[in-house]
Parts: sequence; structure tokens; C-alpha cells
Amino acid sequence: MLENLQSLIPPFDWQQVVVDPWSKSQWVETMWVTGMGVMVAWACGLVGCFLILRRMAMVGDAVSHTILPGLVVAFLISGSRSGWVMFVGAVVAGVFTIWFIELIHSRSLIKQDAAIGICFSALFALGVLLVSRYANQVDLDQDCVLYGEIGQIYWSPTVAGMPEPAFSMAIILVLVLVLLAAFYRRLLVTTFDPGLARSLGIGTTRYHYGLMTVLALVVVAAFKAVGAIMVVAMLIVPGATAYLLSKRLPMMLALTLVHGLLGSVIGFHLGQWLNCSTGAAMVTAGVGLFFITWLATRITRMIQRQKSRRHHDVMDDDHTAFTRPERSEPDPHPVRGATR
Amino acid sequence: MTRTMKRNGWKPILRMRTLSWALLMLVVFCVVVPSAHAARPAEFVENDAWDQLMRFLSLRDQGVRLVLGGSLLLGLGCGVLGSFMVVRKLALAGDVLAHGVLPGVVLGFLWNLTKDPLHLFIGAVVSGMLSMAVVTILKRTTKLKQDAILGIVLSGFFAIGTCLLTMVFGLEAGDKAGLDHFMFGQAAALDHLDIRAMSWVTGVSLLIVALLYPKFLLLSFDEGFASSLGLPVRMLHQLMMLLLTFSVVVALQAVGVVLVSAMLVTPAASAYLLTKRFHIMLAWAAGFGMLSGSVGALLSFLGSGLPTGPLMVLTASVIFTIVFCFSPQQGIVIKHFRHVNRRRRVVLENLLKAVYHAAERQEFGENGMTLLDLAKVKRQTLETIQHDVDGLVRRGLATLSHDGDVLYLTTAGMSRAAQLVRNHRLWELYLTNAADYAADHVHEDAERIEHILGEATVRDLERRLDFPSVDPHGSPIPALSAKS
Repeated sequence: MLENLQSLIPPFDWQQVVVDPWSKSQWVETMWVTGMGVMVAWACGLVGCFLILRRMAMVGDAVSHTILPGLVVAFLISGSRSGWVMFVGAVVAGVFTIWFIELIHSRSLIKQDAAIGICFSALFALGVLLVSRYANQVDLDQDCVLYGEIGQIYWSPTVAGMPEPAFSMAIILVLVLVLLAAFYRRLLVTTFDPGLARSLGIGTTRYHYGLMTVLALVVVAAFKAVGAIMVVAMLIVPGATAYLLSKRLPMMLALTLVHGLLGSVIGFHLGQWLNCSTGAAMVTAGVGLFFITWLATRITRMIQRQKSRRHHDVMDDDHTAFTRPERSEPDPHPVRGATR
Repeated sequence: MTRTMKRNGWKPILRMRTLSWALLMLVVFCVVVPSAHAARPAEFVENDAWDQLMRFLSLRDQGVRLVLGGSLLLGLGCGVLGSFMVVRKLALAGDVLAHGVLPGVVLGFLWNLTKDPLHLFIGAVVSGMLSMAVVTILKRTTKLKQDAILGIVLSGFFAIGTCLLTMVFGLEAGDKAGLDHFMFGQAAALDHLDIRAMSWVTGVSLLIVALLYPKFLLLSFDEGFASSLGLPVRMLHQLMMLLLTFSVVVALQAVGVVLVSAMLVTPAASAYLLTKRFHIMLAWAAGFGMLSGSVGALLSFLGSGLPTGPLMVLTASVIFTIVFCFSPQQGIVIKHFRHVNRRRRVVLENLLKAVYHAAERQEFGENGMTLLDLAKVKRQTLETIQHDVDGLVRRGLATLSHDGDVLYLTTAGMSRAAQLVRNHRLWELYLTNAADYAADHVHEDAERIEHILGEATVRDLERRLDFPSVDPHGSPIPALSAKS
């Protein structure tokens, strides 16, 4: 077992893993791969923050799976492989998924989690079958669905001087940023207090479905890079890491961006070192960062707790801990029914 | 409390025991029968679909028997354990578990670079339980919500597994053939050793479920009550998770990591729509699981190189769709028809009532009413009234005069109308007397409830109101045995 594991993990060679990819002959390719990773992580992470806050992370999971049949069916109907057709197919599939989940969940006794499980697996199974049936026509295969092909991005055809997947990802990223800037306040309100949003006349349903549409767009652009299942990690892990560290939305979004950058760069080198799928390595690095953050928050909390305990011990020595606290004046204007 | 529970709980337990023994026999059958060396169906030359179908159905080949036995076993285990997950609202935990198994499978392969079922099994169980433990720890120590935690653990374990898997693909040594089948499943790759391992695992987990059935039942439906009885709730939960991991591992090779969770959730959810008793649900879920497993295996057998997992999942989804639409109690199509029927009945009954009121005004001298008058009273067009009257005639509640202008109620129609009017007026009286409604507020409420009140309720109302004869507006209430 151990020998096998040792033979599996190549020795860590600083020169080969970190320096060589940025050398003169290879740095363009390296830049595109890491750049693509960063763009995917940013676009997914920003959308994912809102998914986490709205407790819809698993809906994101479902949508990222059901994009697949959308892509294949769109191709089979139109017969073209152009980006727009694919986007339309994916968005339709995404919205259908949400609708199916709602249908099952609202029309029967089945709970939402089971409804999610049923919907996405059925549609994903359909997608996998279609892919394996029409693999040579659709420009997708099972490996791409599972592992993604971010490592090969440099060799795809170029559009406007950029590799084609990077080009569409860049457009999506800009779109996400613009939409976020334009609707920031409204998203904030609908996410944290839907009741207040409705009373202000903001249609929460519209924002819900809008977010789902953007989610579908982001997922379809990221899908080919990291595969259907690891898109979920790209969606949730950056936001969740930021959520551990911050309580304010702007800070959370900023930390998401930092996490996306670090995760992609570290992940790229991890992939170089271990000679494995680059997308999976990026996600692994992201998850690693999440766990380091989690450990750090645990440790700081433990230290703080110890400090405060020591503080209380000192207070106890003053014999103030057992004195009766001063009685506060009763509130002169008690508000009835203020508790929610 | 415990005693009553025990008394009520015995019958299903007995039934479960017999069921589980029957299943064990099936498992043994699957192990013993294909004892000779079996050729794998994947190795056969490609024939046309019809030949393949006949070969599958005749069960002549050992390989076919293996595949069928394997898919029955996995359907059984997944159906039973999945039912617990669905009623406990842990459906997505099954998903996490299924993805969390992947690193363990690859490490188990690394043990000595073969697909030894025992090593794969140990690796998968350890890694699956580890993923569940991570979920629990994160839930306890962070403010992240359940869904985000599930997402992180699911995709994190899957990414690590994918890293390992692609690293293994890069190795020169070892028999890597078929390792990628763990993603989407290939039932045809099952061999004799796999089936033996599968049947042992399924048998053991079903036996444990059968032995601890009352405790699991209590844990699933009322965790608070279970812990107040002093049951080791956390231990039982861990045990259930372990059994769930077992069934995931059993299904792994045939269905694949990505879609195993569907085999847990979908058959159980279909069963959930069909019954309200848990042991019946278990039977349905096991049946659906086995059905979708074997049909999926058959379908993949017909074509070449089709992954089995998606086919099984699609079969299960088709079953779910059928149940979702046509389940006797909850099917949406059935419910829709029931709804339409009820609306139609209410319309017709209102028509009956209108005729009754008209007859009442003439002191029941003559119980006919022209359609024109009826249309005037109901403020509807003659065509609508004509259509509704046709419905009445078809149901034998009314007849038309020869020229089709005048409507007469039959005896049945008259008694139904009297019944409705009685319901209406009794309810009005009940609301004014017992609920202190003002007399002019009760009509709308009674207008709705008159169609729903049953015989027993009406008798009860009459008794409570001391057999009244007049409603709050002074109209007489027809007696219970009223006939025209």
C-alpha cells in the first residue's frame, strides 16, 4: 500500500513544478490555464455567495448537473455547436430543473431534498446517456463531463486572440460583475429579508429566477473547464470559505475573489506536481484552503475563549462576580409585539 | 407507552422478519447458483438486440445471471436503506456519501493495484464514513448551513478522488481496466467475486435492519421520543449511516459513484407516494429498486458500451414519474381528475338545489321547472344550463319533458336535493347557535360545506341541535328521511 502510494506521488521538484511553468517557453499556456481557473472561480464564487446565503447550495448542485442534457438536446435540435445555442439550451434546462423541483415538492408530500435528488439524477442520467450515444458529434465525452479539460484549454481554437472557452468565460465574468454592480442593493435585500423586499415592491420571484438564469450561464461556461460535479465546488467552496471569515457581504465577496485566485494558482501547481487533472487539483486546493481557514478560525476561537476565561478568573478574584447587578430601570415605552 | 408501542409494533416486525428471510434465501441463491466459471457478457460477440434480449430473458448464460443477481441485490439494499433516508429527510446525505466513497475506492485499488472487492470495500466504507463525519463536525463547529456543508464535502471528496484517479491512470503498473467504470457503472463487468461480496454485504445489512427495525423506525419518525426512551440515538444514527454506506458500496460497480444516490432516493420516494405505512413502503421501495436495477441491466445489455448506471436511474425515474402522476392517493393526474369531478358535482348539486327551492316555493305542488326559469335564477345562459341539465339527466337525478323545456327531478334527485338543503340549513343553525355567528353571515359558509358533510356528521349535528325543524331564516329543515 505504502510503496504504491509512494510510487503514485512523484517527488516534489521546485524547479519543475513552480519555476518551469513560468519560464519563457511555457508561460503563455500557464497563464491561460490559471487565468481560466481564476475566471471560473470568480464568476462561480460570486454567484455562489448568494446561493449560500439563500440556502440554495444544493439547488446549484442540481442545476450544474442538469446543464448536460440541456447542452446535448440543444445541439441535437439545432445541429450547430455555436455558443449561443448551447447557452440557450443550458438556461432552459436550468430553469426547467428549478421548475421540476418546485413541482414535485409542492404537489406531493415529497420533501425538497428528495425532490432535488430525484430531478438532477434523472436529468443527468439522461445527459450521460445522450453523450455516450452521440459522443463523436457533440464534442463532449464522459471524461470531459467528469474531469473537465481546463488543462487543454490552450489548444482550443482562438477567438479574438483568446482561446474560445476563456473568451466566453471572460464575457460571462464581465456580465456577472456588471449585474452584481447594477443590482447589488436589490440582491442584498431580497437575499437577507424577502419580506422587506416585497414590502418595498421588489419582486423576489423575479430575482430568484434571475439568479437561476445567471447561475445556468455561469455553470455552462465553467462546465467544460472543470466538469459537471466539480462546478459545485467552484460555486460553493470560495463563498463558504469567505463566509467563515466575514459577516459582511462586501467583505465576503472580496474574500471570495481572493480565495478563487489563490485556489486556482496553487491548484495549477498541485496539478503539475501530482500529474493529475488540473480542474480536480484546483478544486482540491480550494477545499484545502477551506480547511486551513476552518482550522484557523477554530484555533483563534479557542485562544479567545481561553483569554476570556482568564479574564473571568481575574474578575472572580475581585469578588465582583457574585455581587448583585444593578437593577436597570424598566423601559418607559415598551413596544408591544416587537418580538418576532 | 413503551408497552403499547411494543404491542403495536410486533406485527410489522414479524412481517419484516419473514420478508428478510426470503430475501436472504434469494441472496444465497444468487451466490450458490452461478458457481461455475462465468463468462462476462461484455466478452460476448455483438449480436442483434433481439438475440441479446432472448439470451437475457432465458438466463442461459452464467454472466447474465450474475448481472441480474447483482442488480437485484443492489436494488434491494438501496431501496430499503433509501426509504430510511427519504423519511428522515437525509436524501442529500446519500448523495454526499456516494461521492465521498470515491477516494476510498481509489486507495483500495492502490492497496495492491488490483480490483480486489475486499480492499475496495474497506476503502469505500472508511472514506464514506469519513465524509459523513466531516459533515457532522462542520455542522457543529461552523455557522455554515446544511446545504453548503453538503456541497463542500460532496465536491471536495469527489475532487480528491478524481485527483487520485487521474494519478492512478498515469501509473504504468497495475490492472487498471474497469476502474473508470466506477464513475458511471458497468453491470457487465461484475464477476463472481463481486456478486459474492455484494450478497454478503446486502444480507448482513438487511439482517441488521430486520433485527433493529423498531428502533430504526422510532429514530426515523420521532428522534426526540427515541432519545427520551433512552435509546442510543447517536449510535443508531451512525449504524444507519454505516449500513447506508454498505448499500452505496454494493451498488457502486453497477451504478457508479455519480448516480448511486438516485438509486437510494428515487425508488424510495416513489414508494413514499404509494403508502403511509413504513413497512409497506419498504417493500415497495425494494421492489422498485430491484425492478429498475434489472431493467437497467437489461437495457445496457442490449446496446454496446452503454453505461448501466444512467439506464438504471432513468428506469427508476420513469417509475417515479408514473407513480407521481397516477398514484391512487397522491398522483397529480388522479388528483386533478378528482378535483374536476368534485367541481362538476358541486355545479350539478347547486342546480338540484335551485329546483328544490322553486318547488318549495310552490309548496311542492308541482316539482317541474322550465329551463328558462332555471337560467334566470342561476343567471347563466341557456346553453350552460342545458349542458348541466344533461349531466343531471345522465346521472339519473332528473328527467326532461318531451319537448325538452321542463325539468323534473326523479326520486333520487329529489332526495339528494333535500339532503343538500338540510345540510345547508342545519349548518346555518349550528353556526348561529354554537358559534355565535350573526344570522346574515352564515350563508356563504354553509354554501360551501353543504356538499361535503357526511351522513354521520349530519346525524351528529341534528342530535346536538335537538332535532330542529326551522333554520335561522325561518325556512323548514327537511327531515332526514325526506323523500319527494
